[in-house]
Amino acid sequence: MKKTKIIDGAGFKRTVDRLAHEVVEKNKGAENLVLVGIRTRGEYLARRIAKKIEEREGKEIPVGILDITLYRDDLRARLDQPQLKSTEILFDITGKIVVLVDDVLFTGRTIRAALNALMDLGRPSLIQLLVLIDRGHRELPVKADFAGKNVPTSLKQEITVNMMEIDREDAVFLIDREEAQL
Amino acid sequence: MKLHLKSGRVIDPTTGRDEVLDLFIVDGRIEKIGASLSTPSSFESMNLKGQVVAPGFIDMHVHLREPGFEHKETIETGCQSALAGGFTAVCCMPNTNPAIDDESVVRYIRARGGEVCRGIVNVYPIAAATKSRAGEELAPLAELVRAGAVAISDDGSPIANAGIMRQVLEYSSMYGVPVIQHAEEPSLVRGGCMNEGFTSMRLGMPGIPSIAEEVVVARDLEIVKYVKKARYHVAHISTVGTVGLIAGAKKIGLPVTCEVTPHHFTLTEEAVEGFDTNTKMNPPLRTRDDVAAIKEALRDGIIDVIATDHAPHTIDEKEVEYTQAPFGIVGLETALGLCITELVDQKYLSLLQLIEKLSVKPRGILSLPTIKIQEGVQANLTIFDPAKEWVVDPTKLLSKSKNTPFAGRRLKGKATGVINNGAAYFLD
Amino acid sequence: MSAVKLRNRHLLGLEGMSKEEVNLILDTAVSFKEVLERPIKKVPPLQGKTIVNLFFEPSTRTRISFELAERRLSADVVSFATAGSSVSKGETLKDTARNIEAMKIDMVVIRHSAAGAAHFLSRVVAANVINAGDGAHEHPTQALLDMFTLREKHGSLEGLKVCIVGDILHSRVARSNIFGLKTMGADVSLCGPATLIPRGIEKLGVKVYHDLEEVVPHVDALNVLRIQLERQKGGFFPSLREYHRFFGVTKDKVARASKPITIMHPGPINRDVELSADLADSEHSVILQQVTNGVAIRMAVLYLLGTMNQENARV
Repeated sequence: MKKTKIIDGAGFKRTVDRLAHEVVEKNKGAENLVLVGIRTRGEYLARRIAKKIEEREGKEIPVGILDITLYRDDLRARLDQPQLKSTEILFDITGKIVVLVDDVLFTGRTIRAALNALMDLGRPSLIQLLVLIDRGHRELPVKADFAGKNVPTSLKQEITVNMMEIDREDAVFLIDREEAQL
Repeated sequence: MKLHLKSGRVIDPTTGRDEVLDLFIVDGRIEKIGASLSTPSSFESMNLKGQVVAPGFIDMHVHLREPGFEHKETIETGCQSALAGGFTAVCCMPNTNPAIDDESVVRYIRARGGEVCRGIVNVYPIAAATKSRAGEELAPLAELVRAGAVAISDDGSPIANAGIMRQVLEYSSMYGVPVIQHAEEPSLVRGGCMNEGFTSMRLGMPGIPSIAEEVVVARDLEIVKYVKKARYHVAHISTVGTVGLIAGAKKIGLPVTCEVTPHHFTLTEEAVEGFDTNTKMNPPLRTRDDVAAIKEALRDGIIDVIATDHAPHTIDEKEVEYTQAPFGIVGLETALGLCITELVDQKYLSLLQLIEKLSVKPRGILSLPTIKIQEGVQANLTIFDPAKEWVVDPTKLLSKSKNTPFAGRRLKGKATGVINNGAAYFLD
Repeated sequence: MSAVKLRNRHLLGLEGMSKEEVNLILDTAVSFKEVLERPIKKVPPLQGKTIVNLFFEPSTRTRISFELAERRLSADVVSFATAGSSVSKGETLKDTARNIEAMKIDMVVIRHSAAGAAHFLSRVVAANVINAGDGAHEHPTQALLDMFTLREKHGSLEGLKVCIVGDILHSRVARSNIFGLKTMGADVSLCGPATLIPRGIEKLGVKVYHDLEEVVPHVDALNVLRIQLERQKGGFFPSLREYHRFFGVTKDKVARASKPITIMHPGPINRDVELSADLADSEHSVILQQVTNGVAIRMAVLYLLGTMNQENARV
């Protein structure tokens, strides 16, 4: 197994700052803007970006947490039953610009589940997708509006995002499992 | 028929004989007994090394279901089951349809018993104590006894009314037949379907308390004391309390005997967990303390007889919710294995004492002729291998019904053959 | 990844269930309670699953609660209710089981008057079986929702003092609550007439009282059971009047406690028999929360069993 650090702590911070900036740029401010992070790391990422936007715009940005477990399309195929946690979106998303936040964009299935979950919660005027890493290999027509970094990968590779809140450091790793898979 | 039974261990409790001997059986009679006899020509020789030759076993408590419930068992299939279990005689209980409350039914059963299985198994009917076993009016007891009934009982139901019980005891005392009580006070049962205790409490199942049995036995013993002469036998006792009552009655010399089933000295109420309806029987499986007391009572001679309460029911009847299922299990073919595994191997009984409880004692209670293993008498023998280990497979039972809780259980001891009424039947 | 899973692919009872399993169900129900507060109260995890509700005993509340839970998980639902038929009940159940097999049903919820009916069904069908009450044996989802409600109100079940009041002998709610609460470390007592307390129940680690006034000062919550009028005919107590006077939970009797006592009832209430109306409607009553929580608990159970990978399940 080969583990390469592709983003370090400083890089992580720069990326978050840039993403926050892009969100504000694209939406011409933070009016009507809410962030919804997909559990688990999407939540922390959303909070950081919200904080950054708040600093810039001097305006509080609501952050919600979305648990997509109930909307997964692989619930019954998995050997390990994913633990169901709560969705915590304590504001109405109807009419809002929702920036959906996740750490890694891969097949697009998680985003599909998250979109369905969001639709059951209300009718946003616009949903945008923000991810830290886009590693390719889409299985559904999903595209990120904001991507921290595009990382071309092979299917034998893995991306691991670590975040201070739970992993004691901010970093992104590319893991080569080539030998293990053979 | 000319048989040379070689090197079997002959155990005859009536003479106290217990030695390895050869027997010549000619046309159903014991022609000669001796050590290491040589096989005369024209004799078929059977090596019984390691096997026991005993006076024929009798099960004084079976339900043959005929007439009326032939889908569960018939006299023929019941006798096949008896043979497979090593019994040369069975006593069948009167809860048939019609009940055995008329001499024609007694005669029919006896005749049918003589026809099936080449007549090897003696079928002795037990007649109802009251008409239709309803517990109200006396059945024609004198006619029933004259027709061949060997005992009186409303088994399946108790003789619940004390006044009727007194009359049944008094009337039957004229003919010397025992009255067999299925001891169960109905007002204490109230829909119960297992022992009332810790397990029934956890399972939320209606319970049958031990006192349901004990109050009837206690009451009956008082009546017996009062009536004198009567002979009283308690069927399938199940509780430590009943053991105490019987022990006390015997101590003061009352004419009282009792029996226990193999399942009541083998299983406890814990077997009911999982709701297998093959653990539903009446009386119910009781507690560990009860099982321990019963085993000791067998050892101490307080319990006279082991009888199976063979109660066949079809799969459809048993495969229902526990509370809806009928009571009872088949027992003829597992009895000997359970006796040896649970009693002989665990040193509660010697083989000789076991044979007493399966052959000598019940015959005495029923006033049937004593079987002797001696030259010149009609052979009535059960041959079994006390060391043979086997696993109970319900599909292999010869009984028409397969309702046993012992499926998959490893037992030690199995009948290998019986000889009676001029015919022989060998297994394997 | 969470290590806790349900060990059995059926929910037949709470006896033998571990603390971790109970917590998993309760925690999962928290998430479903959140779903129930959304404008769209429906989520898709059981899409394409067919669930049959077999109610051999009348029970509108439990059946509706299960149906709601099932529909909110997007399952296809068929309900079958019969209060006993002319055919022997045993045959009905066995035949029903065969029909379930033939119709490829995924999950079965069963309510039956015979203890062990759910176990019986679980042995003969491939579907997941959920016991919605079998005789006087168990009613696991009721006890789970009771525990959920208590945990919500008091924070934790550990050390919580709960007294179950009434006809313990015939109560599946009582049994499931005792098994569940003991597993969770609660302090459980029972109060009722001696004729309605089963022998040997102390062996489950519960204290038995026959005087409510003696119990009240020591408890945090009373779970009041429904008293059936038939029990009077069975000779278990002399009259409803006497029952109410001595075992009915009323404001007077509860007033002796130094702190407010949470009042629970599995429903439907015989007002002013086992529980006084003013108490049932008081601020310390959580009876309606129990009803709401019932849907969340049943969604949690259905979700956990329905999405369980069958090969992964032990039984």
